[in-house]
Amino acid sequence: MSTTQNEAPEDGGAADLFARLPVVDEAAHERLHAQLTARAEAGQLVDVAYRTIDTPVGQLLLAATAEGLVRVAFARQGHDAVLAALAEKISPRILSTPGRLDTVAQEMDEYFAGARTRFDLPLDHRLATGFRRQVLGRLPDIGYGATASYAAVARLAGNPKAVRAVGTACATNPLPIVVPCHRVVRSDGTPGGYAGGQAAKRILLALESP
Amino acid sequence: MGLRPFEDVITTHGPTVLRVCRAMLGYHEAEDAWAETFLAALRAYPDLDPEANVEAWLVTIAKHKAIDSHRATGRNPQPVEAMPEGVGRGGTTIEDVDELWSALKSLSSKQREAVVYHHLAGLPYAEVASILGGSEAAARRTAADGVKRLRAIYEGVTP
Repeated sequence: MSTTQNEAPEDGGAADLFARLPVVDEAAHERLHAQLTARAEAGQLVDVAYRTIDTPVGQLLLAATAEGLVRVAFARQGHDAVLAALAEKISPRILSTPGRLDTVAQEMDEYFAGARTRFDLPLDHRLATGFRRQVLGRLPDIGYGATASYAAVARLAGNPKAVRAVGTACATNPLPIVVPCHRVVRSDGTPGGYAGGQAAKRILLALESP
Repeated sequence: MGLRPFEDVITTHGPTVLRVCRAMLGYHEAEDAWAETFLAALRAYPDLDPEANVEAWLVTIAKHKAIDSHRATGRNPQPVEAMPEGVGRGGTTIEDVDELWSALKSLSSKQREAVVYHHLAGLPYAEVASILGGSEAAARRTAADGVKRLRAIYEGVTP
């Protein structure tokens, strides 16, 4: 057995020894991720499960806790930033676990196909508190195809002067589309702002218009 | 800044931890060790210091899982014959992994760990030393000895 003549530098230079191990083995990683997810679910170690879906208003992030759907986010809100916020506010035990959101994804598909007028899902409202929570609690009263003004929602929520606060509550709605803040519009009938962008709001209102 | 979503940890460190497990355990045992490592990590994750070196933390867990795996299968586990599903598409063959693994097996366990943790996982010697115990300089020497030995084995087998 001959020994090597060209001494490797004391540090570095030895990574070549591992060249036969691929840096990323996609097939193995995919398989291992699926196994890990299944075992983590069985052990109730996934505090927040998420997936994304493609819709007419762009890619949506769907995230759920054990209690129910906790967050729906538009692409323009930055899915990475939204997940980082969920790690801070709920738990960092966040995994891409599409299976747990199958029902949500299916209801979303039906909604965007015009075949569903209300969502029938367990919801986790923990991300909205105080008056914002109160406002969001009134929004399901605005039926599919109908709209209400910010002022009207302020009255419904029991504080007629809080028109701006209603706007904030809608803008920070953790569950857009499912909790229909898109049905809250300006008194002059124009759509007004929307977390998903005005174009998304128009698409949703057009979809629901009779 | 708090802890990142655990999914990011898998994306960022999963491939490296798999390489470490493969180098330490061979092809088949590596996948079990990887799964056990990330499951244990997920369980403990909320209590991790946000400033901690996540890779060193994962490698430490993987080390313990590798020890468990050796205990369960005896001192010199033999490669299993059956191919797990999907092998081959990723470009790695069991032979590639197991050849490296058997070369690494002829090193002392400290040398093997020092080489893998530093040269494969890319951990700085300070982290390697805290996993192995002992000084940073000792970890550096051990890794250098291990690399020398490994090169000798390779030169001997494949000139």
